[in-house]
Amino acid sequence: MSASDVSLAPTPHQTVGPFFAFGLEYPDMHQVAHPHSDGAITLSGRLLDGAGAPVPDGVIEIFSATAGGEIPRERGSLRRDGLRFTGFGRAFTDDDGRYLFWTTEPAPTAAGGAAFFAVGVFARGLSARLATRIYVPGDADALASDPLLASLDQDEAATLTAVRTAEGHLVHDIRLQGERETVFLVF
Amino acid sequence: MATVPTVAPERAPAPDTVPTQADMSAAIARRHRELAALGDSAPATAVDFAPYRSSLLRHPTKNPRLADPEAVELHSPAFGEHDVAGVEADLTAHHTGEPQGERMTVTGTLMDGRGRPLRSQLVEVWQANASGRYVHQRDRHAAPLDPHFTGAGRIITDDQGRYSFTTIKPGAYPWRNHANAWRPAHIHFSVFGRAFLQRLVTQMYFPGDPMFPLDPIYNSIHRQADRDRLVAAYDHDANVPEFSIAYRFDIVVDGPDATWFERDGEPA
Repeated sequence: MSASDVSLAPTPHQTVGPFFAFGLEYPDMHQVAHPHSDGAITLSGRLLDGAGAPVPDGVIEIFSATAGGEIPRERGSLRRDGLRFTGFGRAFTDDDGRYLFWTTEPAPTAAGGAAFFAVGVFARGLSARLATRIYVPGDADALASDPLLASLDQDEAATLTAVRTAEGHLVHDIRLQGERETVFLVF
Repeated sequence: MATVPTVAPERAPAPDTVPTQADMSAAIARRHRELAALGDSAPATAVDFAPYRSSLLRHPTKNPRLADPEAVELHSPAFGEHDVAGVEADLTAHHTGEPQGERMTVTGTLMDGRGRPLRSQLVEVWQANASGRYVHQRDRHAAPLDPHFTGAGRIITDDQGRYSFTTIKPGAYPWRNHANAWRPAHIHFSVFGRAFLQRLVTQMYFPGDPMFPLDPIYNSIHRQADRDRLVAAYDHDANVPEFSIAYRFDIVVDGPDATWFERDGEPA
């Protein structure tokens, strides 16, 4: 039997707990793109619980394609040099539940596809990572033909699509529970 | 005029309404039965697990949607040796003196579900000190900080997917989930796989801990076989004689990556 035929049971998830900051923090972790670089925008929003209250001890992670639709292969997410785009960012939520990334807007990785950020959500009180997406608004045809969005009703799709501000930044809240609960994904 | 509390609420004595351990243990058993009745459709870790009281307003109530993974989800951020300094794998070496506690090494292999080693992947660990105290401003446990221990480390896995770090054994610590609630000693792990979907944050425990049946977090995993996967093995032959004891903790990440689709002849 070759190694690739083995089927191993996965290691289960556990909560990130309350005290992750000193273990997971590193310099410029939320700066996927340098704020002064060409095309840099913010992606920000709030992480909210089932009562609509901010979750102040959450971690949001993103991974996304480049502005040209390429999958980033650059190393160095933990040692930002302000030049290489690794596509990966990590942000802790603040006392208002707010997270913020500096990044560039991803392009679709396939022609006609919809561009999105792959997102992971962790928090105290959350026993396992939640996976979701944040779609880039604008290309109505691409969004309408996206297989995931097309399978959702309008309100659900809205929980996965960012809003663009007048300044060109992206804003998106993530709701763990309740009314307008974010659509979370399994694959 | 209302009485001004003299201690922060999180330090106040538990009022009578706070659940007891017996209440909690009964609630854990009840929830385990419900989850077991769901059979294979129940995920290994339940986000809807009321005995872990902080989860009540923080777990989704709708079933997650099944999505076809796209390219960005089937790849992962790339890390390299230059992302991490070698000294970050020795949690006992970050200060001018030696930390208090039982010195140990933890080694293991990071694999995917097919048993393939995951090379050059990032492993992050963090833990309490030997007294059960975290270096965190919100940790109010009245146990001493150790001036020679922070408790955070990073490792990049080697060509065989192996990681190894040196540390001291963390202590158990109290938390306010219910009256007289204690967490079994554990080390937090954060690992990356070959796909962003395989991202895993978990906790490693120590064999034979008497607090296992009492702990709502450990028991948010309802199957015993799954819980056992979070318990490191004491590895006597890997001890460094006269220096440290050894534990082994292998990690298997879940879900597909781009190569699974390439192998099956499908586009990634």
